[in-house]
Amino acid sequence: MGATAPATATPGEDRAPRPVTGLRTPRPGRRHSVNRPRRSVLLTVLTGLVLVYALVPLVWLVINSTKTQSGLLSSSGLWFDSDFAFFRNIADTLTYNDGVFVRWLFNTLLYVVVGAGGATFLAVLGGYALAKFQFPGKRGIFAVVIGAVAVPGTALAVPTFLMFSKMGLTDTPWAVIIPSLISPFGLYLMWVFAAEAIPTELLEAARIDGASEIRTFFTVSLPLLAPGIVTVLLFTMVATWNNYFLPLIMLKNPDWYPLTLGLNSWNAQAQTNGGEAIFNLVITGSLLTIVPLIAAFLLLQRYWQSGLAAGSVKE
Amino acid sequence: MTALSPPSTAGHPAPPRGPRRRRALIGWGFIGPFMAVFALVFLAPICYSIYLSLFRTQLVGGTSFVGFDNYQRALEDPNFWSALGRVTLFLAVQVPVMLGIALLVALAIDSGRLYGKNFFRIAIFLPYAVPAVVAALMWGFMYGTRFGLVGNINDAFGVSLPDPLSAGLVLASIGNIVTWEFVGYNMLIFYSALRVIPHSLYEAAEIDGAGQLRIISAIKLPAIRGALVIATIFSIIGSFQLFNEPSILKNLAPNTITTDFTPNFYTYSLAFSGQQHNYAATVAIIMGIFTMIIAYAVQLRGMRKEA
Repeated sequence: MGATAPATATPGEDRAPRPVTGLRTPRPGRRHSVNRPRRSVLLTVLTGLVLVYALVPLVWLVINSTKTQSGLLSSSGLWFDSDFAFFRNIADTLTYNDGVFVRWLFNTLLYVVVGAGGATFLAVLGGYALAKFQFPGKRGIFAVVIGAVAVPGTALAVPTFLMFSKMGLTDTPWAVIIPSLISPFGLYLMWVFAAEAIPTELLEAARIDGASEIRTFFTVSLPLLAPGIVTVLLFTMVATWNNYFLPLIMLKNPDWYPLTLGLNSWNAQAQTNGGEAIFNLVITGSLLTIVPLIAAFLLLQRYWQSGLAAGSVKE
Repeated sequence: MTALSPPSTAGHPAPPRGPRRRRALIGWGFIGPFMAVFALVFLAPICYSIYLSLFRTQLVGGTSFVGFDNYQRALEDPNFWSALGRVTLFLAVQVPVMLGIALLVALAIDSGRLYGKNFFRIAIFLPYAVPAVVAALMWGFMYGTRFGLVGNINDAFGVSLPDPLSAGLVLASIGNIVTWEFVGYNMLIFYSALRVIPHSLYEAAEIDGAGQLRIISAIKLPAIRGALVIATIFSIIGSFQLFNEPSILKNLAPNTITTDFTPNFYTYSLAFSGQQHNYAATVAIIMGIFTMIIAYAVQLRGMRKEA
């Protein structure tokens, strides 16, 4: 990524008024060329509108997670209530109904670790094969996998549910994990990434040195694939963490619910007869649900963004 | 797979067909695990779905083979067509708006003219990390005219904004949620594609006297056409699969969002509330075929322009 701005020119320096020192030559004319364009307040403000759009709901979520159920109803949505209940809400969210939220959190982690981890592993192996080996059926594999992306979730959901129920897998974690193991997008990304990141000569050299294919894969290729792997891992993590439709179909027992399904059941609870309205817990729980993913994206941004950039080269 | 590793070929050139076959086996060894699971969770259900669609189960008489009767029923089913019409309208408006905003933001960030472009890039992307369920819950609360943001605005300014969850507006409200969720994701796809354009092209264009808009239309857009086509296809597929947002908002607007609001919702209702597995499978297959045709058409169009 990023060969644009020369490291020496930080924006601050760029704009600071410099004393005129007479003899110093004027700055070169190409200062505002395509490579070092003039910054624009207008463009920043316009793009800022999209930024506001993106952030307002998140700000709303943070503000309203500090309110009690009654405070939600009585105070304005975009400012704090006099009663600051943030920590009480977190405690209530974690302990409500015998701490079922924590149980959902662990379920989600289980689905993410096994599902997204497994999906990434399979995608890395497969993408590497597509990028670096010639074998019969390769074009067919690619066509089938990409074609399958277009099949709507429900086209698969109903028969998968019936199949899994015959196999006795519904209402178990496997019903959520097994379908999560396939990420066509991950396979595509790894294929494109591996084609670029691993020089074929390097593999040839390793082979000539007598390294087995397994060894070559783990010691030569895997380190080169790291940014691509982080990228695929993050995106499969999001897909699994945010999964709603599949668990909705497969799981009846709330003990196996992931966070998404649990939160919705809390929300729906207010609509049922005699159900307690716990919107403050729904909102606080929502906040707790998105914090880990946002943290992961922020912490790992350097890696996944470079992985994505390389992945988008090919048409 | 270790069993496949042959005796050393370094010193002794193997017979011509040997290495090739070996390489093929190794290739399959690497992609085999993916394909095995893929067959289980994609191919088998699709085949099973096709099988199911050819039968009908009735309380009296059990299961019988009915050929294409289910397909005929679906094509004459007004519920199916109204659901399909709704998502078609949805995608005709939502996808261009979303991709348009995403493209403009990507171009703005890529232009290097923004203050704090890294902050923009990451902050606009963040909604992607929010589960559709949470996004729909959140926006659902905000849409509320009673205690949500819309209600606040009504109170503060003494106006009465229309209810975002009313029959006339609910589709647009869902469109807004989906746009919010995916605008940053698409922006990032476009931005990543823009990043890899060699900057020497811009310099050359500038020397030739091309302005920014000309550089965008003559260099940047053609260079990221692949990313544009892919994003369009994925957005279309997503629109046809619309389910999560309406199903969550249904709690708030039970009367405006019916159980056949989208084709996906209809299939779900048929299968899991109506126990009509065979018919549900049929509707799902038709939607699958429909989606693939549209996706393929978009791809062809995208590639034709390239020539």
